[in-house]
Amino acid sequence: MSEKLTAKDFTTSQEVRWCPGCGDYAILKSVSKALADVGARPEKTVFVSGIGCAARFPYYIESYGFHTIHGRAPAVATGLKLANPELDVWVVTGDGDGLSIGGNHLLHALRRNIGLKILLFNNEIYGLTKGQYSPTSRVGTTSPSSPGGSVETPVSPGQFALGAGARFFARGIDTDKVGMSDVLQKAHAFVGTSFVEIFQNCIVYNEDVFASFTDRKNAANTQLHVRHGDPMLFGDNKVKGIRFNPGTWSLEVIDATETADDVLVHDEANAVLARLLIDLPSPVALGVIYRQPAVSFEEAFYAHHPSRMQRTKSIKDFIRGPSSWTVGD
Amino acid sequence: MNKNKDVDSIVVRLAGDSGDGIQLMGSQFAVSTALTGADFATFPDYPAEIRAPVGTTFGVSAYQINLGGGPITTPGDAPDVLVAFNPAALKVSLPMLHKGALVIVNNDAFTARNLAKAGYDADPRESGVLADFQVVEADISHLNLEAVKEFGLSKSEGGRCKNFWALGLLLWMFNRDFVSVEEWIRRRLAGKPTLRDANIKALHAGHAYGETAALAASLSQIQIPAAKPKPGEYRSITGAEALALGIAAAGELADRPVLFCSYPITPASPLLHRISHLPELGVGTFQAEDEIAAIAAAIGASYGGMIGVTSSSGPGIALKTEAMGLAVSAELPLVIVNWQRGGPSTGLPTKTEQSDLYQAVYGRNADTPIPVVSASTSGECFAMAIEAVRIAIRHMTPVILLADGYLSNAAEPWRIPDLSSFPPIETNPVPEFGEDPQRKAFTRGVTSYGRPWITPGMPELMHRVGGLEKDVESGHISYDPANHQSMTDLRAAKVQSVANYIPEQMLESGPDSGDLVVVGWGSTYGPIYQATRATRASFVHLRHLNPLPGNLGELLGRFDKVLVPEMNAGQLATLLRDKLGANPVSFSKVTGQPFLISELVEKIESLRGELS
Repeated sequence: MSEKLTAKDFTTSQEVRWCPGCGDYAILKSVSKALADVGARPEKTVFVSGIGCAARFPYYIESYGFHTIHGRAPAVATGLKLANPELDVWVVTGDGDGLSIGGNHLLHALRRNIGLKILLFNNEIYGLTKGQYSPTSRVGTTSPSSPGGSVETPVSPGQFALGAGARFFARGIDTDKVGMSDVLQKAHAFVGTSFVEIFQNCIVYNEDVFASFTDRKNAANTQLHVRHGDPMLFGDNKVKGIRFNPGTWSLEVIDATETADDVLVHDEANAVLARLLIDLPSPVALGVIYRQPAVSFEEAFYAHHPSRMQRTKSIKDFIRGPSSWTVGD
Repeated sequence: MNKNKDVDSIVVRLAGDSGDGIQLMGSQFAVSTALTGADFATFPDYPAEIRAPVGTTFGVSAYQINLGGGPITTPGDAPDVLVAFNPAALKVSLPMLHKGALVIVNNDAFTARNLAKAGYDADPRESGVLADFQVVEADISHLNLEAVKEFGLSKSEGGRCKNFWALGLLLWMFNRDFVSVEEWIRRRLAGKPTLRDANIKALHAGHAYGETAALAASLSQIQIPAAKPKPGEYRSITGAEALALGIAAAGELADRPVLFCSYPITPASPLLHRISHLPELGVGTFQAEDEIAAIAAAIGASYGGMIGVTSSSGPGIALKTEAMGLAVSAELPLVIVNWQRGGPSTGLPTKTEQSDLYQAVYGRNADTPIPVVSASTSGECFAMAIEAVRIAIRHMTPVILLADGYLSNAAEPWRIPDLSSFPPIETNPVPEFGEDPQRKAFTRGVTSYGRPWITPGMPELMHRVGGLEKDVESGHISYDPANHQSMTDLRAAKVQSVANYIPEQMLESGPDSGDLVVVGWGSTYGPIYQATRATRASFVHLRHLNPLPGNLGELLGRFDKVLVPEMNAGQLATLLRDKLGANPVSFSKVTGQPFLISELVEKIESLRGELS
């Protein structure tokens, strides 16, 4: 067995070209560290990206990398994973790349449950093309292409994923090392498509769009870190809890010191609960929100290719077709 | 036609509603023809609608087959025999027939309602429009129902046996054995014994009907001599079948698995269906969510070390364009098959055309050259699939293989090749691992410009590929102006270098210099072959369209005139002007139908008239 690698072993010599202060730097660090922590091998790891700021990622990770075209990374990665299921294939995408131009491919990757780890860096804006509103931008976002404020209803990455049939959905915050480490390791371990939404701060075009819950000073009260089997508690000294209100079919915040029995216990296999958590405005749910394993696409695909894509016969056995005849001299 | 006539070749057209089982009847007739040793060519001509409104002219499905002592290279200009299942089928087919042709009509379908639907004011059997033909009226529907009565089928189930009744009659007329058809029915309907037996009964009944004295006066048997082809083992094959086998054979020759990634589209889907049956040959099939995903997944597969192949028709190919540029930039092998159809837009999905040549050669953003090859006949789809994969792997480039809707469905006898006659497909050597794998990944062959096919999983060779311009030597991203010039030149030189590996252009037939040469490409091979043989004109047929064979300019220069017949508005003619400075005469046909031999002969003769 090879020696244990460190985060540094997954770092390339390439000069990183994101804007100073960009949330991508922190994500890059967390990913490099997670790769080392899970014992990944650089030669068996591939980062596939589309187009956008996030898509620069493969240049900065010491592994195989494929910087493809806008929106199509899940499709390229699907072909790659089918060609070699032994590889750890990561897809790095953004809100525009993954949910606008590439929405169709993301949908189908998720429903197929192909073994890809898809990281969607959501900053609710188009960065690389200089600040236009994106499919996750909130109504009223002013941008070069929406000077009077955008009027489109944004898509929720989590609801989109569950609607598409995703079997792993998690959330993290770019600068939250602890939360990201946990989410990335679990995403890596999942067999099938693991889909992670990362709240990423675009310092130039959409600064502090997530500040209401990412600000460290008040994080205890604005973030709900869910963990399978644990009660949903948050706040200073964990005094607040989450309860299901059967009258409104929604989640609500309660005082956990008084009604501890009402506090919900997180069940990551419960899709209904996951949908409620995704929509919870405050606190914002983070961590593995939904996880329900099933057979992966590559597993099913290879089961239908009994020879596991190896040639067990020759073209000579097939070339004659159903009937043939011989013409003599 | 005269009784018990011996003829060299004969053209039969079967026509009916798209739900009448015409295509099935035609293909079974082709197989039983093949088994007698006769040569043949077929032309399935069917509507875009799966079940078009019954009885209408636009819902007519037809299958034409030309059979004879050969060589037969086209489905024939004008039918000698027509089997018309209803008035609409008769109406659509009549203008195509030879005078004196035998017309067999299904009497039962000539109701007032069906006549009106076909747009006949008067019954054609009585109005005199059939005066030039020999007409045999048979109560096909009725006789068929009588024959299968004992099986207790519903009227519609029983009625659906009538294609086999008519096939039985046809087999009798051509003195064919019905054993192979019967075997086929037994296999196909193994799980449905009643239907199986009813169809076999219908087949026998049609055959017996031909033999009975009732018809002996009007109908005769036709003797077709067996062809005298090159000795060897033969089978009947369509372009889709040959291309599927060719791709699998290429995988074997390269010793790599193949991932075929495709999205359903007419007329490309037959290849998707055929190739899905070859897992034992290391061929996987991925039905993608759209055309773009199909090519993207094929690129991903190639990046992962399999042979990535995608297939579509013109509109789908248009969607794949951006991804083709990615494969060019990343220098990955890939085969893109285009089954051309009539356009623009949705156009004529089930009709053939060869109008995507510009798209293949020129149709991408930026300077993005891609090698282009094409198949001339159904059988040739096999060899050209191998050729496309060979070029893709040697030069590490996407390759476009042009076929068309006609080839996809048309069957012909095919001499089964010996795979050992194809040299193995060599992969460029992978370097030893060590320093600077990025540079190693983009260190290209001196004559082919092909880079090593390094795939994820290989230790110590981690590198990055992508669509951003890269340094010509180090392989790292580069925005340097002079470097982009070098990379653009290199991509052009790479595609041009293919010309150094392909055979010199040969003449198919005719003298090697003179007044006129006819230049073709793709599925026009058959009619041009016959027309040039009849007129003793020289014939050059291209399989490599980008780059063109190195000697082509010199070869064409030996003739006073170059005639280019194509099923488009003159695209090869433009290409020859552009690449060779030639001045060809374009002969264009875009009716969705293949060229007739007679129209080519006429064109050749009129051009010769101008010359003399």
